[in-house]
Amino acid sequence: MLSIGLGHYLTLAAIIFTIGVVGIFLNRKNVIVILMSIELILLAVNINLVAFSIFINDLSGQIFTLFILTVAAAEAAIGLAIIVVYFRNSDTIRVEEIKNLKG
Amino acid sequence: MIAHSVFFYIFSLIAIVSAVMVTVSKNTVHSVFFLILDFISISCLFIMIGAEFLGMIMLIVYVGAVAVLFLFVVMMLNVAEQKGQWFSSRWDGGTHIPVGLLVSLIIFFELIIVIGGWKYKPDLLNSLSLNISTEVTNTRSIGNVLYTDYILLFQISGMILLVAMIGAIVLTYRERAGVKRQSYVKQISRERAEGVDLVEAEKNKGVKIDA
Repeated sequence: MLSIGLGHYLTLAAIIFTIGVVGIFLNRKNVIVILMSIELILLAVNINLVAFSIFINDLSGQIFTLFILTVAAAEAAIGLAIIVVYFRNSDTIRVEEIKNLKG
Repeated sequence: MIAHSVFFYIFSLIAIVSAVMVTVSKNTVHSVFFLILDFISISCLFIMIGAEFLGMIMLIVYVGAVAVLFLFVVMMLNVAEQKGQWFSSRWDGGTHIPVGLLVSLIIFFELIIVIGGWKYKPDLLNSLSLNISTEVTNTRSIGNVLYTDYILLFQISGMILLVAMIGAIVLTYRERAGVKRQSYVKQISRERAEGVDLVEAEKNKGVKIDA
């Protein structure tokens, strides 16, 4: 309990990952919160990679975290741009009212 | 050692609570602020565990850029206050909440089972190539590898950022009517004939301008 091992970090990452998944499932307010949940999931993955990298004593995990960070930033920028365009076109970004793709 | 554990529990508790608050906050601006708190506590954990460079990069990239971008968009779209609704404005008898909770719980227990039963593969440690050296700092050892072995991945990630930047600009660009712009081509290609007009001025009558 007192000495922090790999399991502690992995459990923290699992909890944050699950909170992110719950956020995606349950959210019906607006799409921005869903994007934030995706950021949480990527954060959990980063925790896993860094913890493994430190405890196995291998640097490549931290390098990959760097690349995941890059992709997360790009994804946030593109996603927010899409949301802005959608809001301009239809005046809402509430999840329940986005039905254009329903066919 | 005890201080390390105490700090770990404090930071992870803050991280988990703020992650929950990101999901359930009624106000989207509060969600963004809790997201920032989450990133800060996780980067504190990174610094504690010995990955200082990544902790600082998390602070700079996430808190300084991504979270502020979220904040800008939330305030620009004016969707912050959603009139006191929690998850849905009307409960239409849908089954998405119980099903979503069930699937999330299953995912969580799968992750826990994997962690509980996980052991080092004995020959995994022998096949490593990038040992963390204790003589140089974390930043220098990352730089040593990033610019040599991973240079192609590094450049591809730069290309990804460039494409994302151009994509965001192209997506949100719109042509506005009634905006006067400077056209260099028009200015430079102007000839004397269209700029200067020689007229015969009649006596006591003057010249009409801009006829």
